[in-house]
Amino acid sequence: MTSSKKSIPQSIWDFFCSLKLTMFTLITLAVLSIVGTVIPQGTPPPEYLHSISQNKLKLYKGLGFFDMYHSWWFILLLSLLSLNLLACSVKRLPGIWRTITRPVRVMDDSLETTLPNLTSIITSGDAVTLRDRVAAVMKAEFAEPVITEADGTYHLFAQKTPWSRLAVYAVHLSVLVIFIGAIIGSLFGYKGFVNIPEGESVGKVMSRSEKEIDLGFAVHLEKFSVSHYPNGAPKEFKSILTVLENGKPVAGYDRVPVIVNDPLSYKGITFYQSSYGKLGEHEFTISDSDGSNSQPLIVKSGGSTKLPDGSGLCLQETTPDISRFQTGLSGPAAQVEVHLANGENKTFVVYSNNPAMNRMNLPYTGGKLLQYRGGEEFMYTGLQVAKDPGVWVVWVGCILMVVGIYVAFFMAHRRIWVRVESGTVTIGGNSSKNQGGFQLFMEQLVTKLKKQLPLEDNK
Amino acid sequence: MTSSLLFNITTLLYLASMLAFFAAIVNRTKPFFGTAGSYIAFGGLLLQTVAIGLRWKESYLLGIGHAPLSNLYESVVFFSWTIVLIYGILDLKYRYRVIGAFVMPFALLGMAWAQLGMKSGIEPLVPALQSNWLLYHVITCFLGYAAFAVACGISIMYLIREKHDKVAQANEQSIVATFPPSRVLDDLNYKSIMIGFPLLTLGIVTGAAWANYAWGTYWSWDPKETWSLIVWFIYAAFLHARITRGWAGRRAAWLSIIGFAATIFCYLGVNLLLSGLHSYGG
Repeated sequence: MTSSKKSIPQSIWDFFCSLKLTMFTLITLAVLSIVGTVIPQGTPPPEYLHSISQNKLKLYKGLGFFDMYHSWWFILLLSLLSLNLLACSVKRLPGIWRTITRPVRVMDDSLETTLPNLTSIITSGDAVTLRDRVAAVMKAEFAEPVITEADGTYHLFAQKTPWSRLAVYAVHLSVLVIFIGAIIGSLFGYKGFVNIPEGESVGKVMSRSEKEIDLGFAVHLEKFSVSHYPNGAPKEFKSILTVLENGKPVAGYDRVPVIVNDPLSYKGITFYQSSYGKLGEHEFTISDSDGSNSQPLIVKSGGSTKLPDGSGLCLQETTPDISRFQTGLSGPAAQVEVHLANGENKTFVVYSNNPAMNRMNLPYTGGKLLQYRGGEEFMYTGLQVAKDPGVWVVWVGCILMVVGIYVAFFMAHRRIWVRVESGTVTIGGNSSKNQGGFQLFMEQLVTKLKKQLPLEDNK
Repeated sequence: MTSSLLFNITTLLYLASMLAFFAAIVNRTKPFFGTAGSYIAFGGLLLQTVAIGLRWKESYLLGIGHAPLSNLYESVVFFSWTIVLIYGILDLKYRYRVIGAFVMPFALLGMAWAQLGMKSGIEPLVPALQSNWLLYHVITCFLGYAAFAVACGISIMYLIREKHDKVAQANEQSIVATFPPSRVLDDLNYKSIMIGFPLLTLGIVTGAAWANYAWGTYWSWDPKETWSLIVWFIYAAFLHARITRGWAGRRAAWLSIIGFAATIFCYLGVNLLLSGLHSYGG
């Protein structure tokens, strides 16, 4: 009858403060997040697009499933979570703050009834002596008490780590701090990518949203190298980079080796070793089997072309000197793969100084003579480029979260009240956490107190 | 003596420990079995510690020295080690031995799978893993996973005990009567998750820090990252559920089991079924 109908603002406020909302958002976030781990994010690969129906594709696109972690409904859920924890903190923090800054120092009847560990010790001696003995024990075993006197009764109060009550709010705040850091990063930072051929410099990079970004300086690739373990597995990818300002190397940024897990940072922009490849052009000739009607054929490194009979040719690898691989031969050579009309693939080597051996490939090249003329080839490095001015905010949030969780889980606000009257000492206490452990502690404390107090009947 | 031999003995010890715990449940009048189960588990843990150290040393002798945390085999072995470690901590602190019967099977399963079903050769470290972050990241994550494994074992016990309590009030002859009271199991479940949650948080944070250091992005919604966050959400829900009465006990036990299922998917499912940045199987 009394307040069964709440006002609308009150209901909204209660909704945002409710733990039901917390449970709902956390579990919904957990379940919906699965979508993005099953459906490819970003630009879906063509094989995937072929594997689903047109209707499904439309549905997924409409729901933002291909970029679900930035979709309106995912952001809405995160906002709901933020509002929820903000509202909870606003609701509870003032009371907690009072508990910490203005502790109740006197154990009155109403407090007494709430304490689970209440013990009364009947003793002899006057109140002042008892007060000093109790205070000494509390100081030695727990914390120095604050003493309040009222009508000849002494009230002793001591507490430990009251601020640990704030830890939960620190954890909640840390979530918001991390979000703020992420927003700063997305507003004022960028992620990009750049390929630099050996011996060349770039001053612009392409961002993920396909925008060209001027670095304000240039990065020069001196050399790129790959080293291997004896078993052939890659050991290290290394780019030697130099930062150029107005075309001149910057001191301290000259010929810096950059490897995976060891990036280069300059003016808030960081370059990460990410990929590599070969760039170059190769010249072949294709002619009649006797060498007449010779036509040039240009193929890029790792590229492919069509032979006159329509079959495809892929350039796999080249070397300027075949003698390293095949003794008795010399000069440049290229390994190619030809996709024959009958569906077969044939891999063979084409030489530049050995027409006789090239002639053996006539069956695979439609009766034409394919010869390698040589080419120029150099390495390029692929670097991830990132600028994120919000990253420090994110780390502050992370540290706050880890420390906050630790304190929230493993530290408790423990309070002990003692009332000393002549002839009676009443002790009680409570703890914000780990009641079992506190109970044990209180029992031990009472035992120690009893030893220090002149007991009435010590039997 | 090789690490491989020691790992085999460890596996046998975990088997023996598990059987001793089973015997302890059946013979509730003989506390000897529970004690034996614990001591055998601790012996196995000690031996496995030596074996992991030895494998570390062996990698240096091969000239490709790195911490033994670099592939699926090594991570499964380490996972078993952390499970027994977390069990040991709970056992020493709370003295409810018999939970070993529901925890040691996880450790044994891991070791048996690693020793019988996987290639155990020491491989050189791929460039992506050549960082000290590997150590911090893997250790914190797996300690977290292990605490969740222990919590899952305890939750299964809770559900069995709770069901039993409902059906037979005073049937003290039953095997289930050796289980700790459901109130205690509920509390132990909570305590294990209290160990696991900070460690998982630290694991995600060190992972983010490493990703930022190596790739320039602390978070890229890679399936592994997303699943670790899913796990984090579930246990965050579990912790908040403690505050509301309606979600303690049975529902909390189910959340803990679902949480561990998600943990296992995050650890193994993502690598075996989905594609992403964590392809090296750790």
